[in-house]
Amino acid sequence: MSELKRTALFDQHVKLGAKNIGFCGWEMPVQYEGILKEHEACRNGVAIFDTSHMGEFFFEGDLLFSGINEATTVDVLKLPIGKCKYGFLLNENGGVIDDLIIYKADENRLMFVVNASRIDIDFKTIDSRLESGILVDSSNETSKLDVQGPKAKEILQEFIPFDLDELGFFSFKESEIMGSFALVSRTGYTGELGYELYVDNKIAPKLWDALVEKGAVPAGLGARDVLRLEMGYSLYGQELDEQTTPIEAGVGFFVKYDKDFVGKDALLKQKEDGAPRKSIPFTTNSKRAPRHGMDIEQNGQKIGVVTSGTFSPCVQSGIGIASVDAKLYNKDVPLELNTGRKNIEISATKLPFYNKDKK
Amino acid sequence: MSKRYSNEHEWAILEGGVASIGLSAYAVEQLGDITFVELPEIGAEASKDDSIAFIESVKAASDIYTPVGGEVVEVNEELENTPELLNEAAESTWVFKLKVSDASEFETLMDEAGYKAYIETL
Repeated sequence: MSELKRTALFDQHVKLGAKNIGFCGWEMPVQYEGILKEHEACRNGVAIFDTSHMGEFFFEGDLLFSGINEATTVDVLKLPIGKCKYGFLLNENGGVIDDLIIYKADENRLMFVVNASRIDIDFKTIDSRLESGILVDSSNETSKLDVQGPKAKEILQEFIPFDLDELGFFSFKESEIMGSFALVSRTGYTGELGYELYVDNKIAPKLWDALVEKGAVPAGLGARDVLRLEMGYSLYGQELDEQTTPIEAGVGFFVKYDKDFVGKDALLKQKEDGAPRKSIPFTTNSKRAPRHGMDIEQNGQKIGVVTSGTFSPCVQSGIGIASVDAKLYNKDVPLELNTGRKNIEISATKLPFYNKDKK
Repeated sequence: MSKRYSNEHEWAILEGGVASIGLSAYAVEQLGDITFVELPEIGAEASKDDSIAFIESVKAASDIYTPVGGEVVEVNEELENTPELLNEAAESTWVFKLKVSDASEFETLMDEAGYKAYIETL
């Protein structure tokens, strides 16, 4: 196995006593003081995550004629400058090569934010779909710090030269932090008010230390996974892969069909014929957590598998997402989770699992 | 009253033929925040090293192996609603109690010094 890569913040994590794990070729902090504490900080205070392993590409070229608008499901022509949008890079069969966020910085300039494990294939795929324009992979020079939670604005504001209230949800600004170029985006993977900061590796440690000093609680990938699953957000490699379409993964509503994109015909056909698989969010009605790979059964027959599962501190129950065979699934028959020790009855539900407004 | 440990990080205390079984502080530290404990059934018979209970943390799941064989006579029902007791005091929170079938099994377990040396090798 090749050596794990480290982010510019590795020394910070070591100093904080993080437990590190190998994740997609990176040595990343899974937790610092404990997943529950970090989760709580994000839901009720402010947490900071190092997500520098993720990839950033910059595109410069004609958005109409370069082929970039057909490369993914995101309509970059309709996207206003200063806004970003979630979408998919698909193969011809409609399978998901990656899920990503595209930022429109200018009439001819975009940023793509992609999953760490998919950087190489994404770059090759997008580049191969271009007739003109320049695509640059800046992942190795870029650090990404996510500041998330109801108090995010409060602690972040003093580092930002513009009023953070100017940023609506899924809006961003190219700006400066600590004298260095920074892209400040009001996005996140937690369901909370929050910001994602794209900065140069050189200032990342100083910025991290300053935000922690101000009270941001360092949080690892463990808490991040619980937070995203409470919101029902998909994770590449679990809900999404090249054999699964956005429709099958339950995220088809992110795809609009009023422009061309690779994979469109396959998705339209699936919409018409019905998708062979269906995504079912469920709760275990107990503290028992479902886990990735466990079988889902009805009437003693396997109908699918768990793609993600965890214990949710907000719901106080096990929560999970299952991918089931659409023909075998019967919504009127009790659903069971095969835990390997015994079967427990679970309940299909709607996303998100955690709804802040209803708390 | 001595406390003994297994390779699988359970501890046992033997009193009048009944062993109280818990998890070592080291094991709980490795698991992180405990969210769920599946207790054995009272009356269940188990041999040494059988997996008879189950524990989950936010990030992982793990079997609990009984370090001695016997019949389950008591389970710590408090853990069903407050599994976090294990995070707070692993070394003094028992999970289940067994009427031991062969006390010599207890003698084969590591003492505290032996266990401490063992976890340093991990």
